[in-house]
Amino acid sequence: MKKTVRSNLITIGIVVIAYIIVQILISTGNISSLMKGLLVPMCVYAIAAVSLNLTVGILGELSLGHAGFMCVGAFSSAFFSKCMKMFVPGMPAGVRFLIAILIGAALAGLFGLLIGIPVLRLKGDYLAIVTLAFGEIIKNIVNILYLGIDENGVHFSMKNSLDLNMENSDNIIINGAQGITGTPNDSNFTVGIILLVVTLLIVLNLIHSRDGRAIMAIRDNTIAAESVGIPVTKYKLMAFSISAALAGVAGVLYAHNLSTLTALPKNFGYNQSIMILVFVVLGGMGNIRGSVIAAVVLTLLPELLRGVVSDSRMLIYAIVLIVIMLFNWAPACLEWREKVAASVKTKLGKKNVSKEVQ
Amino acid sequence: MKKFKKLVSVAVASAMVMAMAGCGATEAPAESSSAAADSGAAEVVSGEVFKIGGIGPITGGAAIYGTNVMNAAQMAVDEINAAGGVNGYQLALNFQDDEHDAEKAINAYNTVKDWGAQMIIGAVTSTPCIAVGEKTHEDNMFQITPSGSAVKCAQYDNAFQVCFSDPNQGAASAQYIGENNLATKVAVIYDSSDVYSSGIYESFVKGAEGQSFEIVAAEAFTADNKTDFSVQLQKAKEAGADLVFLPIYYQESALILTQANGMGYAPKWFSCDGMDGILGVENFDTALAEGVMLLTPFAADSEDQASKDFTAAYEAKYGETPNQFAADGYDAVYIIKAALESVNATPSMSVSELGDALKGVMTTISYDGVTGKGMTWQATGEVNKAPMAVVIKDGVYSAM
Amino acid sequence: MSFITYLINGISLGSVYALIALGYTMVYGIAKMLNFAHGDVIMVGGFTCYTICSTMGMHPLLGILVSVVVCTVLGITIEKIAYKPLRKASSPLAVLITAIGVSYFLQNIALLIFGANAKSFTSVVDMEAVKLADGEIVISGVTIVTIVSCIVIMIALMLFINKTKMGQAMLAVSEDKGAAQLMGINVNGTISLTFAIGSALAAIAGVLLCSAYPSLTPYTGSMPGIKAFVAAVFGGIGSIPGAFIGGILLGVIQIFSQAYINSQMADAIVFAVLIVVLLVKPTGLLGKNIQEKV
Repeated sequence: MKKTVRSNLITIGIVVIAYIIVQILISTGNISSLMKGLLVPMCVYAIAAVSLNLTVGILGELSLGHAGFMCVGAFSSAFFSKCMKMFVPGMPAGVRFLIAILIGAALAGLFGLLIGIPVLRLKGDYLAIVTLAFGEIIKNIVNILYLGIDENGVHFSMKNSLDLNMENSDNIIINGAQGITGTPNDSNFTVGIILLVVTLLIVLNLIHSRDGRAIMAIRDNTIAAESVGIPVTKYKLMAFSISAALAGVAGVLYAHNLSTLTALPKNFGYNQSIMILVFVVLGGMGNIRGSVIAAVVLTLLPELLRGVVSDSRMLIYAIVLIVIMLFNWAPACLEWREKVAASVKTKLGKKNVSKEVQ
Repeated sequence: MKKFKKLVSVAVASAMVMAMAGCGATEAPAESSSAAADSGAAEVVSGEVFKIGGIGPITGGAAIYGTNVMNAAQMAVDEINAAGGVNGYQLALNFQDDEHDAEKAINAYNTVKDWGAQMIIGAVTSTPCIAVGEKTHEDNMFQITPSGSAVKCAQYDNAFQVCFSDPNQGAASAQYIGENNLATKVAVIYDSSDVYSSGIYESFVKGAEGQSFEIVAAEAFTADNKTDFSVQLQKAKEAGADLVFLPIYYQESALILTQANGMGYAPKWFSCDGMDGILGVENFDTALAEGVMLLTPFAADSEDQASKDFTAAYEAKYGETPNQFAADGYDAVYIIKAALESVNATPSMSVSELGDALKGVMTTISYDGVTGKGMTWQATGEVNKAPMAVVIKDGVYSAM
Repeated sequence: MSFITYLINGISLGSVYALIALGYTMVYGIAKMLNFAHGDVIMVGGFTCYTICSTMGMHPLLGILVSVVVCTVLGITIEKIAYKPLRKASSPLAVLITAIGVSYFLQNIALLIFGANAKSFTSVVDMEAVKLADGEIVISGVTIVTIVSCIVIMIALMLFINKTKMGQAMLAVSEDKGAAQLMGINVNGTISLTFAIGSALAAIAGVLLCSAYPSLTPYTGSMPGIKAFVAAVFGGIGSIPGAFIGGILLGVIQIFSQAYINSQMADAIVFAVLIVVLLVKPTGLLGKNIQEKV
């Protein structure tokens, strides 16, 4: 078996095994409500982290607007699901959710493409700030979007819900800052895992394909890649919009996990984009498996701290974040780690030798 | 190096599994929450105490609201316990942080559920409250929100509100301004990114129809732009508004009053319960708030004996003036007490049994609290109580 | 008339952004890192001054002085503990993430110490507002002081960088760390000095920010911080006059879009303008365009 194939199988295997363990725990009733509630968010952030890793790790461009794509996916799909729930109640939930996922992914991908065309001309930190700007614009616009449907057709406003001139306020679907309430709860852990596996398959396949190698060539040396005839813009756009579409999927999962969806700085602002970036950097750039693990660990950490230090849990979280970063990235730390690893190895080696002698 | 990385990832993975399994046990012992730690409440055995879960923002930009509710609720629990508890049983409170985020609110809810909560006070803010409402409805757990004012916060029959709902407040404000001929031209400055503020604004506009005044300017701001209000004030001034309606919280109001003073604009100010607390802002020049009118069920400095006692006790305990959120949180605990007493509940009842019993009795009880006298509840979860119009005079609230 | 009022409001908001952006751009230009914790250092400056002036009742000047000292020490400490070990890390993103960790840390420690309740900051500026055209146009004392200090600091910084040895060392470090070291420049010392100056500026910015908008919470710094970051990029990050111009422009655009377009879309418009500027001039208004070599 080829090394890459084996590595991919391990990544997906970890996810599947984790799923089976959790399912066993659930069926034997050995899992707390907190854990059960965290299962879907873990999938959401794992998908988001993997998708961002495609932009940051594989394409090599820093994006600080990833939450914006999640926002697009979340709102477009929640809008669709709510409409279907209101007007086509007979539609099976599975079909509705499947279409919602496709809509969320397609729209987020489209946004990624449209934003990518101007943005990818820029470099480095300037690219980062422009993606941040786009993310904030998306959040801002969504917050002043008012949309309602009744027998008189579609009502739309960007000022306030009174402008919609609707008789029955129950028919307002997107209500500005109050967002969408009453989205059907279609997300569950199984769907989350399936989407995560699909995401992993897409990203891992892309990386190991001809296209993926072209993208990585652009990351490593754009000018060299261009000179051997790789269409740089095309591949950049491809990676960026796939990444956006997958972030949209994470958004769909997020939206259908909560009954209320609002675009707050906390969930779709630059803070969230940065949190996703933290998962990617912590897990190792370009390391897909690392992204999944980091997303899961960092989503769990503040919640597990609830039981230990309720008062200062966010403070502890910040300290842990700094320490992990230093431990994982500081050259001095890495050297020290290598030394420790080497000494452990020699000790183990000695034991083996002595055994052989006996 | 590679080996080491593998080692680390294996360690992390196994740690995760252990963490999951560790948290797996549903009968996990009650973790000492901050609230419980504060009161020094002893380790409690389930079945002998009523367990109340609290949910609200303790960190993040909305932390002030959750902290006030948490403190006041804890104070109420301590008082009740000292006085012999409810039906002979003690109360225990576990208050969890939701960071003003729907997803975290669900985590907070699940945490208190694992702890064994039988009733919920929360969530403090509207959006998380709606999300939590969905879950309490599934579990049929009794929920009373101190301050989640959106109508949807109490959309299910197991959820009740202590505060007014947004439409209630906006309409009442419009009516009050109209009936007392306070102004002819009114400007509104509101936070369009906030559920509370935009909700009141909309119902205010609806309520203003047919009243004796007209709305000449309605200026919005957003959570990302809430330091500079010069434009909004300038527009209100240019429109000739003689009264500015501020359906917003007091932190922004304090800034607005300061900036209006700086530009020499002095209209009448009218506000809702969110304004309450402005006199408690540390170091705030209360002269700026002179003459501000507000429609509120609670005022920290009011003459009412219950409010006075509550304010004094809160200040003695936490060294801060309580705001309206604190009063709501305090009342929420006592309302739960009243409801529990009227159905003779015992802690051994299951969550769903308690939920059924409490939601049945909520529409029949009447409660005198610090946020209103003779509060009753409709089956929709909305509270009926008389709002009080107060005016700030000489740096204190006085009834109008 | 209202146009002029809006313009003045815009400039006074912009001058605060400019002041913060100066610190931002300084650190970025030399250390080549986006210091996300800069906004929170501002908040620390505000709280220090608040503690000295309002809680302890000392003179405002002492408050400013102490907050400058506290922030400088804080800035150097942060750099030593959290950033320096990562300077040679294989990816520049590592230090960015640590900066975010530091930002969370400062916010939460302030939350534990001072609580979530907003504090009303007493302005350190005791100056009458200037009234023009029969009181139709009012320029507040804080605005004048902010703009003047902004200009003074900008000129001082430019003189320092261009005329002194240490300033030249900073320039050299920003161009090429390795070569600078070979020329006998103490790279670590220079970067520490940069953080010290940047943090001292943050303290002043914090005091003036809170004087202009007197509400102080543990999260006071984060939004102005990100806006100032935008301003710095706008003007060409690393360029000191660029930060000033970017800040003022940002403030004016924000107020104008609130006044004439839609008060709810101000942020979207500000960011849209930023995007347009960067697409036309990819390194900001006054940024240097460095050609990439193979």
